[in-house]
Amino acid sequence: MTQDAPLFRLTGLSFAYGSGRPVLDGLDFELRPGERVALTGSNGSGKTTLFHLMMGLDRPQRGVIEAFGAPRATEADFFEVRARAGLLFQDSDDQLFSPTVIEDVAFGPLNFGKSTKQARAIATETLSALGLAALASRATHKLSGGQRRLVALATVLAMNPDALLLDEPSAGLDEPNVARLIAILDHLPQARIVISHDADFLARTTTRRCRLDRGRIA
Amino acid sequence: MCNSAVTGDVLELPGPPDDLALESDAILQPDAEEAKAQSLLSGVDPRLRIICSFVFAAAVVALDRLLPLAVAVAIAVVAVLAAGLRPRRLRQVLGALDGSMLLVVVSLPFTTPGRPFLAVMGYGASLDGFSRAVEIALKANAVALMALALLGSSELPEIGHAMGRLGIPPKLTHLLLMTVRYIEVLGREYRRLRTAMSIRGFRMRFSVHTWRSLGWLFGMLFARSIDRAERISAAMRCRGFNGEFPILAEFAYTRRDGVFLGVGGGALALIVAARLAGA
Repeated sequence: MTQDAPLFRLTGLSFAYGSGRPVLDGLDFELRPGERVALTGSNGSGKTTLFHLMMGLDRPQRGVIEAFGAPRATEADFFEVRARAGLLFQDSDDQLFSPTVIEDVAFGPLNFGKSTKQARAIATETLSALGLAALASRATHKLSGGQRRLVALATVLAMNPDALLLDEPSAGLDEPNVARLIAILDHLPQARIVISHDADFLARTTTRRCRLDRGRIA
Repeated sequence: MCNSAVTGDVLELPGPPDDLALESDAILQPDAEEAKAQSLLSGVDPRLRIICSFVFAAAVVALDRLLPLAVAVAIAVVAVLAAGLRPRRLRQVLGALDGSMLLVVVSLPFTTPGRPFLAVMGYGASLDGFSRAVEIALKANAVALMALALLGSSELPEIGHAMGRLGIPPKLTHLLLMTVRYIEVLGREYRRLRTAMSIRGFRMRFSVHTWRSLGWLFGMLFARSIDRAERISAAMRCRGFNGEFPILAEFAYTRRDGVFLGVGGGALALIVAARLAGA
């Protein structure tokens, strides 16, 4: 895979929930290394669905998903994709399920074959890098909303992904926490796609804008 | 850029941005209630706590005389004092337990055959029934107090991990840990829905409307819980979950545990001695 080859290449992607109207309808999209893409679109336009397809949580009815240089279709294919692309969920309560912060951050690395010692080191390092080291032993359900979002980001970063898919990362955060999030994102080298309805947040965290409309990228 | 995610041992990230005043940041201040109170029992290995509370419960359940039971309750009270539990929590648990025990103490004498010592409206209360009821109440209190002292004084996640390390089936351990994690989320969801009902004038009455609305409320909670469970499962798969729930916590027995075990053994011997003395 060359340096400039796209991390994700989606071709002719179509998807519908059940027998409903197609959410995505022949969508084409590419994400290249280092790109910072804003993904906008009205409510229900399929932005989150697109992320789920890219991570293999749902399968498209038509079209091809190429990720990290290979076409991906099966659960085994996507296991590898999940090691290299990190999805930050809209609701951090969905993402943080371990009893304590350090365990949650170490969960991904442990699943991808790290030893307990290595996973703990990665988790500690990641939390420190985000300035969250003091939260390591806290119970996840006792964190505030802002803390939860940042720790959720740490759980994604601990897997050292090449691409970040951020689903409304600033939603529900107060101003200081949004500023903090922007400062953190500013330092991250990964290619990213950010879903948000906050134009100011998008202006500060992305450089290319894509709009999802009627199942395609307009 | 396209290096494999799992080759580097430690993530290479820039240090925390300078403009974030981390030390004084409110985001990092632990809650007041998080500050753990030090007690005589703190530092005792949670695995040992689980084993000892089970052994104590088994011993107490096997007792059939009042003297050794009284000794067991006394030992449990000492354990509660040593654990330094919050009095409010103690009152809550004991209130709920002894409330139901009161029913037993009141009803059992009337339903157990034996020599009557009291008659109420023609119904005789037997002494045998009364002593049986007291026995049950003492047993329940001794076991509950000891469980509170040993298990209630450590964080539940810690108990869950210890269960995992003791070889208790993972499904049970996960059930406990997931419950601890999500009970509050469910509670929040319930309170939000309940508030939404209240601001539209809903009040509990004994009416079909009330029962139907409560039915919808709980139906909605179930539906949302299923949705949430699916989202959590998706989030777990995104991080490579394959059915194995790794436990990070590591435990090691220390000298403190030896001392605890010694004192526990002494307490057990005391109960056995009280039982033999009464034989």
